[in-house]
Amino acid sequence: MSELLIKGGLVLASGGPIEADVLVRDGEVAEIATTIDATNVDVVDAAGCWVGPGLVDVHSHLREPGQEYKEDIASGSAAASAGGYTAIVAMPNTAPAIDSGHLARYVADRGREVGIVEVVPSGTITEARAGQKLAHLDELWAAGVRMFSDDGDSVADAGLLRRAMEYVAQLGGVIAQHAIDPGLAANGHMNEGVVSSRMGMQGIPALAEETVLARDLALVRLTGVRYHAQHVSTAGSVALIGAAKSEGLPITAEVTPHHLTFTDEEVRSMDPVFKMMPPLRTAEDVAALRAGLVEGVIDCVATDHAPHAAHEKDTTFEDAPFGVIGLEWAAGAVTTAVDLNIERFFDRMSTAPARIAGIDDRHGLELAVGRPANLVVFDPVAEAEATTTRSQATNSPYLGRSWRGVVRTTIYRGAVTHASVGVGR
Amino acid sequence: MRHLLTTEGLERSEIESYLDDADEFVEVLARPIPKVPALRGKTVATMFFESSTRTKMSFEKAAKALSADTMSFSPGTSALKKGESLKDTILTIKAMGVDAMVVRHSDTGAAWRVADWVEIPVVNGGDGQHQHPTQALLDCLTLRRHFGKLDGLRIGIVGDIRHSRVARSDVFAMTTLGAEVTLVSAPTLLPLDVTGWPVATTSDLDDVLTELDAVYLLRVQAERGGASVFPSYAEYRQRFGLTRERFNRLKPDTVVLHPGPMIRGVEIDAAVADDPRALVLDQVANGVAVRMAVLFQLLGGERSE
Repeated sequence: MSELLIKGGLVLASGGPIEADVLVRDGEVAEIATTIDATNVDVVDAAGCWVGPGLVDVHSHLREPGQEYKEDIASGSAAASAGGYTAIVAMPNTAPAIDSGHLARYVADRGREVGIVEVVPSGTITEARAGQKLAHLDELWAAGVRMFSDDGDSVADAGLLRRAMEYVAQLGGVIAQHAIDPGLAANGHMNEGVVSSRMGMQGIPALAEETVLARDLALVRLTGVRYHAQHVSTAGSVALIGAAKSEGLPITAEVTPHHLTFTDEEVRSMDPVFKMMPPLRTAEDVAALRAGLVEGVIDCVATDHAPHAAHEKDTTFEDAPFGVIGLEWAAGAVTTAVDLNIERFFDRMSTAPARIAGIDDRHGLELAVGRPANLVVFDPVAEAEATTTRSQATNSPYLGRSWRGVVRTTIYRGAVTHASVGVGR
Repeated sequence: MRHLLTTEGLERSEIESYLDDADEFVEVLARPIPKVPALRGKTVATMFFESSTRTKMSFEKAAKALSADTMSFSPGTSALKKGESLKDTILTIKAMGVDAMVVRHSDTGAAWRVADWVEIPVVNGGDGQHQHPTQALLDCLTLRRHFGKLDGLRIGIVGDIRHSRVARSDVFAMTTLGAEVTLVSAPTLLPLDVTGWPVATTSDLDDVLTELDAVYLLRVQAERGGASVFPSYAEYRQRFGLTRERFNRLKPDTVVLHPGPMIRGVEIDAAVADDPRALVLDQVANGVAVRMAVLFQLLGGERSE
């Protein structure tokens, strides 16, 4: 019988934040009390830390099956646990794409074998992510898929998307859209604006995102499907989402830590580590995204952890693939960029994403006796430089910089999966 | 390590130092034996990942006139075709023993990346639609040799600015030397947002024509989308071409520059191209001298007369 005592943190308990000790036993929260004296147990020192539900990422690229030279489910899981995550939704743009039941089961099974974070499979909307016909939506649903996305591409055909929405609405799932119009973004490498004009690079206008979003919201109005806007990057998108929520549409939205942190000015360095889709935008966009996250117009933070091999990124900006990794530093980057209190931090990083992913029976829960011990101990004020990664990839704009907010301990199903400070007796 | 990657942010003194040396090399190139031993024993590699004839030949002539050895790379027959990465190609050539690299590539920032990878001087020979600093220096040299200085000169850069690394380089070099630059272009050929550029803009060439001291014509770049960004070559000529009629309305001492290759009958009428006030061939000749100055300075050559 394994026991773990988390001592002296500010605990996000079901009645609200309290200074308390937490005893974990057999994978569950066994006791929450002002002081718990237990002998012969492992002790996690949580002084000065927040103790809450393990973080949940609704947008990770684990590259398995098919691109294990970039990342695999084991290395991606390790990076996730180091970042405080206890559940991550694996995006389906693997090779092959996760467009049928057996592939989704493979991803979930590999996650269980690795066993340090719950790997939640998502499925494509269209077969082979080709945007031509529906994926095996019933099979995917039966395999546990709740989020459907052709991430990496928009479903550009509005008629096809409408049918997918009608089908997924009936299942009860969520359509997650990578909202980038392929025509407006064609040949683009960075945000369209002052910097792209100076650099002579083809830009990706904000409208590439906003036009797709606006069209999709009309389809949501028609079909009533739950809709999730992935990696929202512009002030215009925040406004669109805010208006749609006021209207009562069943929509949610995510923002990445890098879109909360960096602007397109970074691209002047020519470093492909600042290349991702959607691209880094302007300071006005960053301000709108930060405000949107604080106010809840944007529901959650998602990493869009997108590993690439070093040789793929170590080339010209235009030649390099889109994407950066971020699972390990997301919490620190978010608390550095945005002033969140304990309730909002755990809502945006854990509770809301767990609800969106349909795993809120076991993740994202305020602490209470009997609930699964998927937990994180997070120091919101400590600063640390990001120096190493457990990912196979290093394409990260976070590495080499300091972030305020450090994940001290991650606990998945009652077991410590990451500890930046030793767990003692 | 000193490189020449961009004209943006170059100090006036730095530009003038290149031009002063280039003036000397113009004299060297006029000698019976147009060669100095300044870079004897050094090897300059021209790495042109994008096709080019004149710029590559100009750099090679410049290196040889300084007694450097040259090696040249062309992508058509290279291991790039076999899937080798750009970085591996660069490191492989570097390992053969190279003292400086001139890099041309269709991607913005390629020369910056190369400069990150090798510990030798890198000259940007043109990156995408971004920068082509030696072109700007040779343009400035041509204007300075003609007018004595650039201070107060009114220069109109006319044509496809949006896709032009020449324009992006000239704007910063010319204004740093005191010239006033106006970009003249159709809305589809201007950069989307020129906030922060030290320039004026207009879409009416005739509006500024008679005020200019120099008209800098850019090539209509058919390979960049050509006719899809303006209605037709005929209409382009009507609005932005330096026709004989427009040429006749210029001030009598106004000069015409063009980076080449010229498309006669579109951006420049043949009679204008052949007029003595068109300094196009001076630009080409000055290009060798400017590139000598750049290689000489970056490689720390020894002066000896």
